[in-house]
This record gives sequence, structure tokens and C-alpha cells, in this order.
Amino acid sequence: MALLHLPTRREMLVGTGSLFAWAHTPKLARAEGRDPRVLVIVLRGALDGLGMVAPVGDPDWVSLRGDRALVLDGKPAALPLDSFFALNPAMPNLHRLYQAQQAIIVHATATPYRERSHFDGQDVLESGLAKPGTTDSGWLNRALSSLAADGRVDPQGSRAFAVGPVTPLVVRGTAPIMSWSPQRLLPASDDTQMRLLDLYRHTDAKLARAFEGRRDLATLARTGGIETMPLREGEAQPNIGRIREYVGNVASTAAKYLAQPNGPRVGAASFVGWDTHINEGAAGGQLAALLGALDEAIAAIEKTMADAWSETVIAVVTEFGRTARINGTDGTDHGTATVAVLAGGALKGGRVIADWPGLRPADLHEGRDLKPTIDLRAVLKGVLRDHLRVDEVALATSIFPRSEDAKPMAGLLA
Amino acid sequence: MVNDSTRDAALALHRFGLGPRPGTIAAIASDPRGALLAELERPGIGRIDNPELLTSAQAARAAFEARAARQAQQIVAQRAQKEAERLKADSQKMGDDAGQSTATSAPPAQAEQALTIERQIILKEIKAKLDAALAAEIGFAERLVWFWSNHFCVSAEKVPNMAGGYEREAIRPHVLGRYVDMLLAVEGHPAMLVYLDNFISIGPNSVAGINRTRGLNENLAREILELHTLGVRTGYSQDDVLSFAKVLTGWTIISANDNPEHGAEFIFNRRLHEPGPQRVMDRTYADTGVEQGRAVLKELARHPAAATHVATKLARHFVADEPLPALVEKLDKIFRDTDGDLKEIAKGLITAPEAWTPVQSKLKRPSEWVLAMVRATGLRGDPERFARGQALLGEPMWRPPSPKGFADDEGAWIDTMGPRLDIANNFAERVAERIDPNGVVETALGPIASAETRAAVARAESRQQALALAFMSPEFQRR
Repeated sequence: MALLHLPTRREMLVGTGSLFAWAHTPKLARAEGRDPRVLVIVLRGALDGLGMVAPVGDPDWVSLRGDRALVLDGKPAALPLDSFFALNPAMPNLHRLYQAQQAIIVHATATPYRERSHFDGQDVLESGLAKPGTTDSGWLNRALSSLAADGRVDPQGSRAFAVGPVTPLVVRGTAPIMSWSPQRLLPASDDTQMRLLDLYRHTDAKLARAFEGRRDLATLARTGGIETMPLREGEAQPNIGRIREYVGNVASTAAKYLAQPNGPRVGAASFVGWDTHINEGAAGGQLAALLGALDEAIAAIEKTMADAWSETVIAVVTEFGRTARINGTDGTDHGTATVAVLAGGALKGGRVIADWPGLRPADLHEGRDLKPTIDLRAVLKGVLRDHLRVDEVALATSIFPRSEDAKPMAGLLA
Repeated sequence: MVNDSTRDAALALHRFGLGPRPGTIAAIASDPRGALLAELERPGIGRIDNPELLTSAQAARAAFEARAARQAQQIVAQRAQKEAERLKADSQKMGDDAGQSTATSAPPAQAEQALTIERQIILKEIKAKLDAALAAEIGFAERLVWFWSNHFCVSAEKVPNMAGGYEREAIRPHVLGRYVDMLLAVEGHPAMLVYLDNFISIGPNSVAGINRTRGLNENLAREILELHTLGVRTGYSQDDVLSFAKVLTGWTIISANDNPEHGAEFIFNRRLHEPGPQRVMDRTYADTGVEQGRAVLKELARHPAAATHVATKLARHFVADEPLPALVEKLDKIFRDTDGDLKEIAKGLITAPEAWTPVQSKLKRPSEWVLAMVRATGLRGDPERFARGQALLGEPMWRPPSPKGFADDEGAWIDTMGPRLDIANNFAERVAERIDPNGVVETALGPIASAETRAAVARAESRQQALALAFMSPEFQRR
């Protein structure tokens, strides 16, 4: 029906990209002669894992997805990963990194959340809690706090920063936040900023803390030669080129910060637009375009990090997966298990990690979704423990509470 | 000496209204609660009656026609260009380059104009909303409109020409009416049916479902349960979502392509509707066509979980991120006792002592803060600047990041203080010649201005700096 513009969440994506980081080095890792970097990318809206990494070796795959199934002899052809899985052809850079042992795919993974609300799902993904519920901090922030609390890092000096107007839950918490806006507006003078900070210090501690972080980051940007994006005129029609430019810009800005010798070491970015209820287009449509933007962003980070790439791990995660079958409107509805991607020079990559649950109706979770067989927290805990040297007890208690059964996955790092 | 009533007047304007305009604190100081209640009784309150504005369906049709015309224009231009290239090639064959393009410059004017129609629609809507917000003496009813518009949000990203009309048609008429009527208006509105994909959802066993390959989409059904009525984790199951999605099949819109007179209007299309009874939340609903969906919505509106959901969100929005349970319980009870009479609930909020805590704990959202800044100066706002400011601060008008709407807690917004200063500074720069900073402090804060804020404004190095500091002061940022 050619009545209205059909789903383009591009403007929303432009409005909600975000980036955060912590400006110090984990001491324990440093003592080993390493200088590790971690960037977490949250894909909001629930990524269709089967549309990104297809189980082409599963005999039930093609019957499940019909002519929407990515296959090795399709047009375009899926990129082979191993004898069983193949990658969406929109992601040549991730494929190249995989072949260079610098990327790992984890398939049929999920957080402990088993319902299908985006918002509860994102809360669980970002809070690190076993269930949805009220919380004001995220697992990444608590991981950083635990490093500080152990005396490994000077708490006075620890800083995190957020880019984008709305701070994502994963980075909220006691570790201070600095913010940077990806749009340009002539800033107030240093004098005005100092006077306002002085007013806040005397009247409103929360506003003072929020405002202090922003100032520090502005200084870092000036010394680091980081440019802000030009402000765009209001309602101009967005397009896929703009998504790519924006995602690429946020990603390479993150990388510029992380690559600086005295810059932050841990960051996060988030992108929306993955809620593909109609006309999903894994091969050449909407999803392919989004995956292409993500792929270019990963390549931009790799390039910008330069030498520091060898000490980098990027983790790409989403709140849950989508239905195994295509729905009535050529899309997919909210599901359960999906994929997580790790990329970076610090990895022992070139592997798909999966305990494949199968795709027959009886194999599917509640008869409709890919069944989760790997706890996503185990993957994240593995990265935090082995790359940043976050304490294993803290990981199982304060960072991912009640996650003793999801042991940190070993051997992810080179 | 400041009496409590003057303080309450300032508080009322910030907490329940859109911020003071010159003279409004004094105007309502004798009885702030009475003034808030009186605003709700004003005839036509909450509505926008502007004959210049198109209905959402008219706007969608106008934009569709403009796009179709633009497309035709482009094809004509391409043909002309091909023809010119052919002529040029022919003339070059003949050793003559006189056949320089005459037709390649098919004017972009038509395309420009078509874009302008779409842009005009949204700008007029933004202007109408801004005017209503600036004209209100207190702005309590407008704030209720903003609240409900966010609760039942659509996104201009997906319905660029209908978002403004949707608010005027489905939200405003019911903002002091009954919750169930707003719910029925919202879920049957073309903007919502498109935003949450229901307009293409087809019952698998409907005539169209059997004949065609497309089928069910459960997006709208899920979000009605999760976001619009009961709230998440209130006992509905995946099966309830599916059955409800089937109930809603056939709720769609008329195609503008096929029907230039009624395109983009609501229609119940039985050909798409899943036949037979459906069981939703332990009740069976006979297949009564469009009434089947209306019956489910009416039942959901009566559900105790909906009352609690709405009461909690209202208290959180107006008073505090963690509102006192007593306040929530009060609103919850009024909702249940009055069958969701939204005017009674609004009155209950104003008359509850718990809503008048003197501590300004709630951080204003960017839209509230930007508008309060304009109101404090008494100037007319510029719709485009207004929209741009909100977008920069992460709250672009009618473009929420998800069906959940914009966040309503401090954690989500506190990191915008840096950009807020840049905006305040920018605004102050433009108005500093005309506006006295001390006047703004009296107008906008008066009895609630802290000694520190007064001192910072008084000692500022310039009028611009003084204004920026007043707008950024905690008493102006919070409500």
C-alpha cells in the first residue's frame, strides 16, 4: 500500500546513538603489560540473529524461512563462516575480521529474560540483573566501580562519558559520567560554565556532578582534536547514507577517544532501529542496510584504533532475538535467542560458539523462537574477567547478581 | 516576606503548568489550587480549533498527492534528458554539437514545492502546539495533553504527516474526558494503526489471509497491553497477545492511492478480519467485527491494572520519580471509582497534599524547560527554533525513540545539562537586549529563587550570562 512512508526509523536512530567511556586503565591488566580497551555496542529493538548469522547447515533452515532464508548460493550469497553457519552478505568487514581470527560469533544466546517486552528486555540486558525491576545502575558501570573499589584505580580520577542526549542504563551508576553531544552549537564561555558549576555546587549536588563530567570531556575533546558533527536542519528526509554516516561517526568518535594515550579505555554505544516487524529484508532490505551500517562502523573502529586494535574487544549485544519464522507481514516478531558478536585484535577469534538447539518445531522455545543455549552473561563475564581483569566474585554477585551458574566463558582472548 | 500561597503559586506554575509568564505568579497567588481547577473548567480547554490545520487524513492525502506528482515530474524530466542525450548523440554523429541540452534542466521547482507541502504540515502543527502552550495562563491542561500524547505516542518518523493531527484528534478531545474514550480514539486512529503496523495485519483465516501470503502482526496488540493499558508483567500471556492481535485484524486505513477523497481514514475491513471468537485475558469475545476489538479495549480500560498503571505514571510525571505511595493510591482509587474520569483524576492530583511537597525534585524534560524559558521572557516563540532546541536535547517533537515514549526520570535526562547550557546561552544571546535578567528571576522564580541564584544572576558579567544562569538555575530546571 503506497500510502505513507513505510518504516524508516532512521531519524530515531540518528537521535539516539550514544557513547560512553571510562577514562582510566585497569591497573591489574596494566601490571601485565597490557592496555586493554572494551567497547560495548547495544542494538535496541531486538536483532534477528538468524537473519545475521544463518545456520545454513541445518536441514530445517530453508523450510523455516523459505525464500527469506540466507543461503550460500543465494543472491546475494551468504558468507561462509564454518561448515554450519554463514554470515549476512552485508557484513564483509566482519567476515574479513573473522577470517583473520579477530571476531567471534556466539549463537543461540540470550540474557536470562524470557518474556518479550523490549523495555524489560533492555533493562535486563543493561542492568545485569536476572529479572526486570527497578534499578538505577548498569553492569558496565558497576564493573568499573568494582575495579575502583578494589583500589586498582584512583576513584577520584575515574570518569565515564556518555554521548547522545539520553544516558543508557548500561552505563548509569556511581562511576561518574561525562557527556558529549554529537551536534554542534556554539558553547557557553568557560567563565559562564564555571559560574554555573559554582552555583550547582552550592545548591544541587546532582546537577553539579552531571555538569562537571561534561566539562572534563570537552577538555579531552579539545586536546584530542575530536570534531563534533555539524548540526543538521530539522526535518530533512533521512536516508540510509545518513544512518551509515551517523553510526560510523559515533563509532569512530568512540574509537578516537579510546585510542588516545591518555583517553578512556571502556566505552559503550547504542543504536536503535532493529525492531523489524515488517519487510525485514535480511537480504538486501532494511536489516541488510542496518547490518551494513554496523559492519562499516566496526571497520571504522578498527581503522581508527590503529595499533590499539590489538588490545581491543568490541561486544555487540541486543535485548533478545526474533521469531524463528517469518510473520504475516514479511518481518519477524519478538523472540528469544539471538547472536552476540565479539570483534577485536585481542580475541582468539575465527569461531562460532554455539550449542545449536535445532530448528524443528519441537526444538523451538515455546514453539516459535530460537531456543537459548548460552547465557549471554557468561560471554560478557568472560570478556570482563580475562580482558579487564574484573574480579570473578564481583562478577557473580554485584555486577551480574545471582549469575553463579553462568560461569565466565573461558578462552575468548588470545 | 513571602507567604506560602505565593510560593505555592510559583510551584504550581512550574510543577503543574508550563512555567510562569510575566505576572502569572501574582495573578494566581490568592488561590493557586483554585486557579488550577478553574483552568480545567474553561470552555474548549485542551483543544486547538484552528481552521488552517488539516485533519491527519487530509494531511496524509495532500502529502501523498504531492509525492505522486513529484514522482511523475521526475519521470518526465528523465525522459526529456534521455531524449536530449539521444539528440546530442545524433547531432555528434553528424559532426555538429549544436544539439546542447535543452531539456536537462527540468525544474526542481516542483520537487521543492512537494517537499514544502510536507514541511508546511509539520511546521503548522508545531506552531499550533507552541501557540497553545504560550497562550495558556497556567498550562495544566496542556501539560496533561503532553502527558497523554507521550503515553499514547506515535512517531513522525513513521507517520510524518499525521503525528500533529493525531494529537488534536485522538488525545485533546479526551484529555479531560474518559480514559476509555481516549483509548478507543487512539487505537482506532490511522496514525496509531500505521505506527504499530496493525494496518497491514491480516487474520490467517480471513478471506484475505487465505488468498494472500501476508498475515498477522502482533505489534499493536502487545503494546496496547504492555504500554497503553495494563502495563508490563500484569498477567497477560503470549497467547493473549496473539488472540488480541487476531481481534484487531481488519482495523486498517483506506488507501490514498485508491481513494483520493477518503484515503488515510480509518476503515474496518472484514475481509482482513480473523473470523470467530477470541479469548483474551480469560474472557471470550464473539466475532462482532469491529465491535470485537472495541469490546476488548473497553474491558482493558476497566481492568484494575490499567488504573494502577495510569495513576503511577501520572504521579511520577507530575510530582517525583519515586512518588509517594499514598498519592498513587489516591489517584488509583479515583480512577476505579469514576470509571477512568480523567478530569476527576486531574482534580484529585491538585487537591492531594502529597502533590504539593515544597521540594522541587523533578528534573524538567527538555520540552518543558525550553518552553518555560520562552514563557519567562513573555516573547513569542519561533516554532523552528523551538523544535530544533528540543531535538538537540534529545526530545524531538513527536519523534520518541520507541513506543514507550520519552523517558520520565532524571537519570535519562540529567546528562543534557551541558547542551542545555549551550541552548540557554544561545537563547540569552538573542534576547539579552530586550529582557532584564532580574525581571526574569522575579517573573519565573520569585519566591522560590534561592539566595545563591539571585547572587549569581546579580554578579554576572553580562546580561546574557545573567539570563543563561537564571535559566540554568536548579529552581528553573526542576519543578
